[in-house]
Amino acid sequence: MTEHVAGNGLLNRRGLLKATGAGLAGGVLMPVMAPVSAAEDWMTTSGAPMDEYGAPSKHARLKRVNIGAHPYGSGAGSSSTPLEKLNGTITPNSLHFERHHSGIPDIDPARHTLTIYGETNKKLQFSYEDLLAYPMETHTYFLECSGNSYSNVIFPEAADKTVGELNGLVSCSEWTGVPLHYLLDEAGLNSNANWIVGEGADAAGLTRSIPMKIATKNVMIALFQNGEPLRPAQGYPMRLFVPGSEGNVSVKWLQNIKVQKTAAYTKDETSKYSDLHVDGKADMFSLEMGVKSLITSPSGKMKLNRKGVYEVSGLAWSGAGGINQVEVSADGGNSWATAALQSEHRNLSLMRFRIPWRWEGQPAVLQSRATDDKGNVQPTRAAALAKYSKSNIYHYNGTQSWQVTQAGVVKNVYA
Amino acid sequence: MFTRNCLVVNHLGRVCLALLVTFVVNQAHAGNNQGNLGVHLTPALGQTPNLHIDNIVSPDGLALPDGSGSAAEGKTLYISACASCHGMSGMQPGNEVAGGKGSIGTDSPFKTVGSYWPYATTLYDYIARAMPYDKQKSLTVDETYAITAYVLELNQIIKKDDVMDKHTLPKVVMPNADGFNELN
Repeated sequence: MTEHVAGNGLLNRRGLLKATGAGLAGGVLMPVMAPVSAAEDWMTTSGAPMDEYGAPSKHARLKRVNIGAHPYGSGAGSSSTPLEKLNGTITPNSLHFERHHSGIPDIDPARHTLTIYGETNKKLQFSYEDLLAYPMETHTYFLECSGNSYSNVIFPEAADKTVGELNGLVSCSEWTGVPLHYLLDEAGLNSNANWIVGEGADAAGLTRSIPMKIATKNVMIALFQNGEPLRPAQGYPMRLFVPGSEGNVSVKWLQNIKVQKTAAYTKDETSKYSDLHVDGKADMFSLEMGVKSLITSPSGKMKLNRKGVYEVSGLAWSGAGGINQVEVSADGGNSWATAALQSEHRNLSLMRFRIPWRWEGQPAVLQSRATDDKGNVQPTRAAALAKYSKSNIYHYNGTQSWQVTQAGVVKNVYA
Repeated sequence: MFTRNCLVVNHLGRVCLALLVTFVVNQAHAGNNQGNLGVHLTPALGQTPNLHIDNIVSPDGLALPDGSGSAAEGKTLYISACASCHGMSGMQPGNEVAGGKGSIGTDSPFKTVGSYWPYATTLYDYIARAMPYDKQKSLTVDETYAITAYVLELNQIIKKDDVMDKHTLPKVVMPNADGFNELN
């Protein structure tokens, strides 16, 4: 009934769906009312009342992973999204990855302002209430830390970790806020207005420079994430959001935008988020995140406990735009099949891909390879590493490979 | 395009109107992206601030404040405020601010203020806004210049008695100033 579309068990999704449909039509299972004597407690006793702010089922409580703090300060570090536990494309706010440089500030919005100054006609200050009155836009965008997947760069042997532990410095939300160009227009840009410099109100005062051609394109002052006011960990009351660019430039707790002729060459954009090449030269302001994909299921530290058909599923994204195609291999890249793409938000967003796979106990290496709508193709691990000095952990977008052993153990490998 | 659509459906006035609205909104949106019509569609609530200090220092040094400090003055401050995390000689593993001279183009690049940072002004900007880690923004302007000078001296970029201020700091040439490609 099912058609093989690539080596080692990859199947045609349409064929599989038809086969499954035929099975159901045959009347294999008919729902029946369970007898009261056999019923579960939740069928015979009224449940819990309403509550103010909901919580997940106690049977499905998820946690961020890799919560890593700097030895000199617990507020400096990162936490990652447990990608292997999620499906779809939206990251719940409680599980969005974090990267803070001096902890999460507790900001009273009534005492917080945003000031735009520098190469402008007017120096202007906006309160949180002011910004709520502006026309807003809503877009679904991914956000990825430039250092995501660094384990696969720095460790000589592939680390036996989950996909979230390895690659969970990427998340995706519906962001709502005020397009920055409204505020820049109001302040009036001078002829020297080539860059904006965003500064946070946290103790680190994190500061990044962004070229005006990006700042006036689709950058927003984000005020809401997935419908609710930003969480403190994501910049409450307001953050810069720069879609498609490395996460660090989406400055959280935004309090100042200085318009300048040149960049500010801050600590983070010079000493940290610059990408060193073998010749000793480093790329600075390499903001765009490359095309990338990951299989999230099956993935690292999972175990296949039965033989039969599995859905191989994962995420793909590109800082250049949308995802056009994701191919999946079950034989370490010898043959590839095109996966189905499932998301209504294609531009600068996470794309969910799926393809069926029959596993009968054979060894396999699962990989995915994304192509974006500008024609960029995700590189192999070797090609991605060859681009930079071996010390460089930023902008790594090489293939993620999962080995499946005959025992069904799924493990991170370099292939 | 708009005219053709309108002619095709001109017996359905509402459809024609809907197209007109869509057309106008699209035009306005395109204008906003070019920085033209935004102000006319927004409430324009920005106010002139009463008090606002520019704390963002660039290599031109224009935002550097009045004040000064030397490495000699900075040494004591560094030992009390910085050495517990960065080490007495600036080489505490994981938090290095000194060393790595000439290592950047080798197999083992070692990034520090002296070996990697392109501009000395960045050091003032960062210390003033983010250091010491548990007492951010507690240093005076003179103390910040002095610690900046001491870290530069630890890297043998300036001399012990060189005074750093808003005129001298932007003139310091960092060893790796030419080490970067700017992609934007």
